[in-house]
Amino acid sequence: MSPADLVLFEEDFRSLREILRRLRQESGASVVLLVDKNGQRITSVGDVEALDMTALASLTAGNVAATDGLARILGEREFSVLLHEGEKENIHVSIVAQRVILVVIFGDRSSLGLVRLRVRQAGAELERTFAEITQRMDREPVLHSGFEPLLAEITDEDIDRLFSE
Amino acid sequence: MAFVDFSAREIHCKIVYYGPGLGGKTKNLQYLHERTAPSRRGQLISLATPNERTLFFDFLPLDVGSLRGFQTRLHLYTVPGQVFYDAARRAILRGVDGIVFVADSQEARLAANFESIRNLEKNLREQGYEIADVPYVLQLNKRDLPSAMPADELARRLVIKGEPALEATAATGAGVFETMKAIARLVLLDLRKRRTPSGFSRATAAS
Ligand SMILES: Nc1nc2c(ncn2[C@@H]2O[C@H](COP(=O)(O)OP(=O)(O)OP(=O)(O)O)[C@@H](O)[C@H]2O)c(=O)[nH]1
Ligand SMILES: [Mg+2]
Repeated sequence: MSPADLVLFEEDFRSLREILRRLRQESGASVVLLVDKNGQRITSVGDVEALDMTALASLTAGNVAATDGLARILGEREFSVLLHEGEKENIHVSIVAQRVILVVIFGDRSSLGLVRLRVRQAGAELERTFAEITQRMDREPVLHSGFEPLLAEITDEDIDRLFSE
Repeated sequence: MAFVDFSAREIHCKIVYYGPGLGGKTKNLQYLHERTAPSRRGQLISLATPNERTLFFDFLPLDVGSLRGFQTRLHLYTVPGQVFYDAARRAILRGVDGIVFVADSQEARLAANFESIRNLEKNLREQGYEIADVPYVLQLNKRDLPSAMPADELARRLVIKGEPALEATAATGAGVFETMKAIARLVLLDLRKRRTPSGFSRATAAS
C-alpha cells in the first residue's frame, strides 16, 4: 500500500459527513465537499443535485495541482488556501491533513470572514479524524484487508463479459 | 488510485492518455464523448489553449457497465503533449491506474514518440511507479495518413513490455472504443489482483 492510500469505513464517512454538515450549516454555504488530490470525490453535503460534482472534483484537484506547482517554484510547501470570487457564487478551497481538499461553495447568504472562521474549525476536526484513521490503519492492519475478499466476488470472466457485447 | 465504494457499489478508475503533441489524445476522448449515450457519460472538460492544444488536461467520466453489481466508471484524462508542459503531465499522472500511449504513426514523429515514452517513464518513476507494473496499452494512431509507417514496424519499435498494440484513426473513430476497452480490461484485471485496499475505499463488511 502506498502512503497515499487511505481506507475509510462506514463510520468514518459518518463522522466526516457530520463535520461537513455542521460546517455547511454554520457558514451558510450551499455545498461542502471533500475531494482527494487525485480528483476523486470522497463525500459531499448540500445542494449537490444542482451541480456536476464529478467535474467539480476533477477541476478542483487540477486547480490544487497547478497551485502546488506554483508553491514549489516559490519554495513554499503549499499554498493552503485558494479563493475564487464570483458575482454571486464563491469557492473556498483548502488543504486538510496535506492530502485532502476541502471545498466550500457559498453565495451572499454567507461571507468570506465567516467561511474562513468555520473552515479553520472544521479543518482542525477533519485533521483529527484523518489522524485517527491513519493511526487505526497502523494499529490494525488486519481490519483493513477487507478489500480483497470483497472484490474477489468479481472474476476475470466477469471482466471479459463486460466488453464482449 | 482506484476508488472502490462498497456501500454504493461503485468502482472508479483513473486512465491517462499520454503521448506526443498532436498525436490525437484529445480526439480519442472527443470521439468517445460523441458516441456514448449521455446517460453513460459525463461532461467532456477541456482545458485548452485558444487554438485547441491541451493546456492542462481533458477529462471525461465514462460508465462501462456493471461488474457483479459494481457500477464501473472510468475517469479518462489526457495530458498536454507539448514538451514544455511537463509539470502538468506530472500532476495528471497522480493516482493513475492505467495508461494509453497514443503514438503518432507518421515517420516524422518517430523521435517525438520515443521522447514521450521516455518522459512517461521518468514521470511515473517520480511518482513512485514503474511502468512495468502499470496497465499499459499502445495505440498506433493516424493510420489513415499516407506518411504512416507500417504498423508492424512501428509496433516493433515502440512496444516496451509486450503490451497490446492497437491500430487507430481517431479522426474517424476507428480503434478508439477498442483501445478504451483494452485498457479498461487490463486495469480491472490488475485491480482484482491487488491484495490490499487502495484509494479511499468504503468497506462495509469489515467487522
Ligand atoms: N489524419 C488524422 N488526423 C488526426 C487523427 N487523430 C487526430 N488527428 C488530428 O490531429 C490534430 C491533433 O489532435 P489532438 O487530439 O488535438 O492531439 P493531442 O494529442 O491532444 O495534442 P496535444 O493536446 O497538443 O497534446 C487534430 O487536428 C486532429 O484532428 C487521425 O487519426 N488521423
Ligand atoms: Mg490534446
